[in-house]
Amino acid sequence: MPQALAQRTVDARAPRRARGLPPEASILMVLIGLALTFELLGWILVRQSFLLNEQRLVVMILQVSVIGIIAVGVTQVIITGGIDLSSGSVVAVTAMVAASLAQSSDAVRAVYPSLTDLPVLAPVMAGLAVGAAAGLANGALVAYTSIPPFIATLGVMVSARGIARWYTHGQPVSMLTDAYADIGAGAVPVMIFLGTALIFHIALRYTRYGKFTYAIGANPQAARISGINVARHLIVVYTIAGTLSGLAGIVTSARAVSGQAGMGMMYELDAIAAAVIGGASLSGGIGRITGTVIGTLILGVVTSGFTFLRIDAYYQEIVKGAIIVAAVIADQYRHRAGGRRA
Amino acid sequence: MPSPARNAPDGCLLQVSHLSKAFPGVVALDDVSLRVGRGTVHALIGENGAGKSTLMKIIAGIYTPDAGELRLRGAAVHLSSPRQALQNGIAMIHQELNLMPFMSVAENIWIGREPVNACGLISHRELRRRTRALLERLAIDIDPQAEVRTLSIARRQMIEIARALSHESELLIMDEPTSALTERDAEHLFAIIRELQAQGKSVLYITHKMDELFEIADEVSVLRDGRYIGTASPLDLTRDELIRMMVGRELSQGFPSAPARPGAVVLSARDLTLAPQFYDIGFDLRAGEILGIAGLIGAGRSQLAEALFGLTRASSGRVWIQGCEVKLDSPQAARSHGMAFVTEDRKDTGCFLRLSVLENLQIAVLEGDFVRCGFVRGRAVTQACAAMSRSLGVKTPDLHERIENLSGGNQQKVLLGRWLLTRPKILILDEPTRGVDVGAKAEIHQLIARLVAEGAAVLMISSEMPEILGMSHRIMVMHEGRVTGILEREQADQVKIMELAAR
Repeated sequence: MPQALAQRTVDARAPRRARGLPPEASILMVLIGLALTFELLGWILVRQSFLLNEQRLVVMILQVSVIGIIAVGVTQVIITGGIDLSSGSVVAVTAMVAASLAQSSDAVRAVYPSLTDLPVLAPVMAGLAVGAAAGLANGALVAYTSIPPFIATLGVMVSARGIARWYTHGQPVSMLTDAYADIGAGAVPVMIFLGTALIFHIALRYTRYGKFTYAIGANPQAARISGINVARHLIVVYTIAGTLSGLAGIVTSARAVSGQAGMGMMYELDAIAAAVIGGASLSGGIGRITGTVIGTLILGVVTSGFTFLRIDAYYQEIVKGAIIVAAVIADQYRHRAGGRRA
Repeated sequence: MPSPARNAPDGCLLQVSHLSKAFPGVVALDDVSLRVGRGTVHALIGENGAGKSTLMKIIAGIYTPDAGELRLRGAAVHLSSPRQALQNGIAMIHQELNLMPFMSVAENIWIGREPVNACGLISHRELRRRTRALLERLAIDIDPQAEVRTLSIARRQMIEIARALSHESELLIMDEPTSALTERDAEHLFAIIRELQAQGKSVLYITHKMDELFEIADEVSVLRDGRYIGTASPLDLTRDELIRMMVGRELSQGFPSAPARPGAVVLSARDLTLAPQFYDIGFDLRAGEILGIAGLIGAGRSQLAEALFGLTRASSGRVWIQGCEVKLDSPQAARSHGMAFVTEDRKDTGCFLRLSVLENLQIAVLEGDFVRCGFVRGRAVTQACAAMSRSLGVKTPDLHERIENLSGGNQQKVLLGRWLLTRPKILILDEPTRGVDVGAKAEIHQLIARLVAEGAAVLMISSEMPEILGMSHRIMVMHEGRVTGILEREQADQVKIMELAAR
């Protein structure tokens, strides 16, 4: 026991010590640094401002909103010490199912010719239900079998992609109702992203659900002995993640005004990257939604920054990869510095 | 390879002078000096946080000191990695064993140094031969081809010792080697240590257990709060004098005597069986009573506790709580019947190491008044946890400190506090003071006595004889999964327990 600790005991009236910057501060600095770098390069290379352009900022957040919605769910899975590889495929399945129930009556090749012009609630509920079902499958596999989450969700990932293709035998689903298309119009996806982020930020920090999620990730054995129903809780977390992937699928198809079996390709990896850049630890017990939101925005800044500078997309991927790895390395240094003791 | 010829004339193998080491915010070692003679067993004692581990880790090359020097066989050495320490003949056996469970004993010992045949491939025959020779030298009877995961903790530790010796080490550092061993296994370990000593090796031995050091140590050094207090021969010191050196204050050796006022039977079990772990277990536990469970490691005591708490399910048998028959098929069910369980392995099954003290305290009590519509009532919970933390005397800068930064004793107090917040009627405590320093140990004993005086019933598993004898009102002894006897406090002594436990 360090002497410094030995001298003092707990004071209930001042439970929160001045603990310096929150853990997101470092990653927020990275976000700001990247944005300023593009601003500077913008003036030098294309003689334009990167940030002082409202339209660009909206597009920037818009294009990562879908990733962000998925990342909010994936962050929770990662906090439990798991992983969800199925998100991208679940986006495709929900996009297909939801779009098939959102076709307007003038669609030439309606999937369900008798079910056109349904109220917008029908495709939305169906999409969320499909996402929840996929999440339930993930959760049940993780909770009740001993296979690792990586393998369980890999299986669901492959199967879900297959279901998306089988559903219309590869045909895209188009001619969707205006009410459905409105879900993806303008800044609505951004609102959905920030709304889900807010809800689950509160859930993780202030509810029993959140406390149990962190506890399970930090030590599943201890969580079980503490009286937490670990299996049931894991199913809830994976189901939430699946439902959010479903929501992402609805937004994706609404934005594109069509459903395609190839949608959401690699989204799971972008979402995992956003969570990890934001400080979530793949060994569980650590991660915050605020960090994930910042991580998502970093991905957005990099994508639109390169487009803005008219640099090839190849470089964009190279840099994105480097940022992901750098974020995890930085994170490990932080934990090592905090964890070492005599 | 170091040769004995380079031995310093005065027989001193290792000399540590004026070592200091600080970590952010903490001075872990402050101007510590120490000499370890050749062929001696040098014990190092002190409360948790006294700096023992830091000193060991510096000698083993894991940490580099901020100031001071190490002299090995008279020559100054600078050790910047465990590998360098090994090359200089210093090997450390950590408290947490570092073996690869799915590899054989031989592969574990010679990893990275496997003998090769003419084609440059690993020669398994030569590997086995060398291993056998090494194990024979230590009188350890283990099959070199056995997979490590199939071996007991005691045997794994012996393999670690063998591995250390395979480097021709001159100095072996052992960090609380007996903390997970039964008395019989510990005796075997001491025999090995004496054998090493006869071969001229030196051992630096960290321990919390006084009895051990009187048994095997030639010299004992005491550290307190990062400072060197003194070195003496155990022959010249009494136990109380040593304890006084460690804590810097008088400490009564006695146990708090919980008044024996047993009330109604709160927990009874009949014919509990879970083959092959335990068979036909039956006992009654009364309110206001401590029922100690003694036995050797492997007697099925922890497995019995796990089944009682619903972590596993007994295949047959019946359990009653306060007269009503109950099905304890999950920890939730056990908790709802007022049970609490502090496990034997703090790190593996107790603490959420990455979370704060507060989060560790509150996790079992998030229900009832502390939760409204799923939302945790943060202020109420924090207040309750702070009050609990204070009443237990948990030493932490504040409730938001990560629990992994606390000493073992304080972690244990937090784990007890986690369950006390649920106001349990029946506490199952598995090795409640393992790896806890002397001061915290006494505090935990007092706490248990207080709970029992207030009417709680305690089922206490312990491998430490003094603890079992000093604390329990009755002692249930187990051997190979069966109850071999239940002794009243007055009739129990060490010999009787060992007879029942080891028969």
